[in-house]
Amino acid sequence: MEQHIIQLFKNIVGDKNVKHSNAQLLAYSYDATANFQALPDCVVSPRNTEEVSSIVKICNEYKIPIVPRGSGSNLAAGTVPNYGGVVLLFNHMNKLVDFDKENLTITVQPGMITADICQFVEKENLFYPPDPSSMKISTIGGNISENSGGLRGLKYGVTKDYVKGLTAVLPNGEIIQTGGKLAKDVAGYDLTALLVGSEGTLAIITEIILKLIPLPKTKMTGIAYFNSLEASAKTVSSIIANKIIPVTLEFLDRKTIDAVEQFMKIGLSTEVEAMLIFEQDGEPTSVEKDVQEMTRIAEEHGAIFTRIAEDENEAEKLKTARRVALSALSRLKPTTILEDATVPRSEIAKMVKRIDEIANKYNLTIATFGHAGDGNLHPTCLTDVRDKEEIKRVELAMDEIFEAALLLGGTITGEHGVGEMKAPYLEWKVGEAGLTIMKGIKEAFDPNNIMNPGKIFAKETKKRVVLQSVH
Amino acid sequence: MLRKQKREWCCKVSTNLLMQKSFENHVDEALLLDCMRCGFCLSSCPTYLHTDQDEAQSPRGRIALMKAVRDGKVEWDSSIEESFNLCLGCRACEPACPAGVQYGALIEQTREAIQDVKPQKRLEKTVRNVTFNHLFAEKKDLNKAVKLVHFYQKSGLQKVTRTIGFLNLFPPFLKEMEKALPDLPKKVEELAPVQTSNVKVAFFTGCLMDSLFKEINEKTVQLLKLLGAEVIIPKEQQCCGALHAHSGELEKGIHNAKINIEAFDSDEFDYIVNNAGGCGAFLSEYENHLKTNPDFSEKANRFSRKMIDISSLLVKLGLLDYLQSHPKSEAAVVATYQDSCHLRNVNKVFEQPREILKNLPNIQYKEMLKADSCCGSAGIYNLLQPKMASEILNTKMKYVKEVNPAIIVTSNPGCLMQMKVGIHKEGLSNQIRAVHIVEIIYEQIK
Repeated sequence: MEQHIIQLFKNIVGDKNVKHSNAQLLAYSYDATANFQALPDCVVSPRNTEEVSSIVKICNEYKIPIVPRGSGSNLAAGTVPNYGGVVLLFNHMNKLVDFDKENLTITVQPGMITADICQFVEKENLFYPPDPSSMKISTIGGNISENSGGLRGLKYGVTKDYVKGLTAVLPNGEIIQTGGKLAKDVAGYDLTALLVGSEGTLAIITEIILKLIPLPKTKMTGIAYFNSLEASAKTVSSIIANKIIPVTLEFLDRKTIDAVEQFMKIGLSTEVEAMLIFEQDGEPTSVEKDVQEMTRIAEEHGAIFTRIAEDENEAEKLKTARRVALSALSRLKPTTILEDATVPRSEIAKMVKRIDEIANKYNLTIATFGHAGDGNLHPTCLTDVRDKEEIKRVELAMDEIFEAALLLGGTITGEHGVGEMKAPYLEWKVGEAGLTIMKGIKEAFDPNNIMNPGKIFAKETKKRVVLQSVH
Repeated sequence: MLRKQKREWCCKVSTNLLMQKSFENHVDEALLLDCMRCGFCLSSCPTYLHTDQDEAQSPRGRIALMKAVRDGKVEWDSSIEESFNLCLGCRACEPACPAGVQYGALIEQTREAIQDVKPQKRLEKTVRNVTFNHLFAEKKDLNKAVKLVHFYQKSGLQKVTRTIGFLNLFPPFLKEMEKALPDLPKKVEELAPVQTSNVKVAFFTGCLMDSLFKEINEKTVQLLKLLGAEVIIPKEQQCCGALHAHSGELEKGIHNAKINIEAFDSDEFDYIVNNAGGCGAFLSEYENHLKTNPDFSEKANRFSRKMIDISSLLVKLGLLDYLQSHPKSEAAVVATYQDSCHLRNVNKVFEQPREILKNLPNIQYKEMLKADSCCGSAGIYNLLQPKMASEILNTKMKYVKEVNPAIIVTSNPGCLMQMKVGIHKEGLSNQIRAVHIVEIIYEQIK
């Protein structure tokens, strides 16, 4: 990047808020996605919406790519600056702007850490439910750009269900406000909904109004072990069919359980094929009733062991297995590739089986865990980036996993986003016409293609793998 | 001009290549690949938080830099060196890491790799710089130094300084810490045993603790004797080597490790106790450093297995039960505890010191916010990176003031001095005092 352009940025935000040393460029060349890396030209930290607008205007004039970045924990290479340009940070824009108890909203800047928001509102007996696993370090801006999910999605929905309004800077530098502290608002297109999950490709979000709900009074946790996959899957369907919507309903397969036990030695049975962890929150009496009912349903479907936690401490213990699943798996091999193929929850058993078959076909280790109640699975491939031949097989296997999910009425990504990683697959899900209209929207917003270029839309769609019938 | 440019270019290229080769030799690729870049370490890293969240000053950033240098993907320059230098080595990122990345080993290997290519002996260079350019540059400073020299002689530090290389660092260190210096050691009253036990304890005395804080060491012995232990101090022991290892002189650190392992290798000892968190962590890692050495692997394993910190040992020997016999006082004063990073993050000891404090008769224990976060002392870090160390200390003092304690309790000499400096800087010397955990226990039960 030419020195005079760097100077233009410095004029806006001050010298120390423009980073461009060798070390800093390298440190902003990646996110949490294995195997993706590209250097930006500089890293800029604006302090307010007006400064963002000035930066965007320069980028638009000189056609410089601009990549907004929170904590860089995303799993689809959505924040890797693969076309160079400016990485935009929100480390200064991380404040609480307004807390409104009458309208039950909180207004925050995008750099605020998700867990800090939760902690703040919970002190006031209010609740912001979306809880992506990375919430301790993820920023709310990143959550909104990715429309992040989490463990509580089944009952409470995902990030988009809690965003009421946004302030955003358009690629031409103009500032717009969408939505507001309103329960109802049908004035024109729902731009809030459009921007949530747009992965930084349409506009830069600079302020967010979030909806809050009353904090549930209690919660209760239970687990169940099964010696067949089908039994656990049927339990999931049956719980929902019995009109119970638990706050979480998580699934671990045998490989994951083995890895957790190997790592934690917490006495999990390694003889079982699947494990479910369920949690309900709300009024004490109904919570207890629901958890007991879920245990009964699990037993009815052949659970070989069930247990309800007696207190918060035991609940934490029971949830350990799910919490450490990814860490435990990641310790087995140098590289961990985590996917989030999602199917209707009724298809969970078929999907897990297909994943196993695909893993066998390509001679790979793929363990699966995830949000069973949402049909949102995390097939996790344990591999080694240095083994080029194996990485090729991983790619082929992932292609088949996406294909399998789509055949079951699912999607290529449930909560991680498309980013650069899944861009070549997007058309598989949305079709040619879907892709064309999405591209049209992108072009209407960003004719110069400066906003996080190369994300969501790939140069070309990957060839679909040969369709196979599901056994 | 052109020739000069060419020479500079050649020099740059060769440093680059040498650095890459050195990283290949020293930095374990498998350890680097353990990092999956999830970023869970970020919020635990003091330098990340004190640089307005500069990723280049985070554990994830540093690991990415190590890998990039090793793979030849980034040109070596001062910004990269600074990123590694600015790391406190507090290892708070390790408990935060879901993938079990051994960051402590990686930063040690990195510093060794750098030291190999740029062998200016950072320790010596710093000592020289501070001694000649600061300490002796002004008469006023020199006067202070003379006072300090007097202190050296009286405290017996001078003698130790000659035998242990690392203590050469002391003139500048003491200059900074002048106001925080402890009084000359007083005679420590002996405590009569309250119980018998057959436990034999070998005491690793540590260089700082055995000189500047000799009184604390004597009290340590008395507390162990009180609970019926027999204490032996092996004469041949040396500096633990942690500071060497953390500054890129791993070989020297390992050299000391071998001497210490021999000095303590006896079936007689049930435990090897230390009262300095910084030493304790490195001592307990001797086995990792020597696991491929056929002559030492077994002995090192024995050594590290017996290693224990003073708080844990006192609890094991029944201190909490003994304290039950002391009724809680109405007029208890507020005390808070500052974790020793290495005791907490490496040896995972943080409950025992707190349990002890909660059970002391005249203490009302109050936890401060982020007690588990580094105070900025970090071995000799406060000397090498005074600006960052001072910012970190300021944050620490902010949390101290929220608790408003009469006493800050520590488990490591570096932390102890740093907290004393912090108290002095804030003008709180009349209200707050910093002590080692051994001192407060001794004081309360005497």
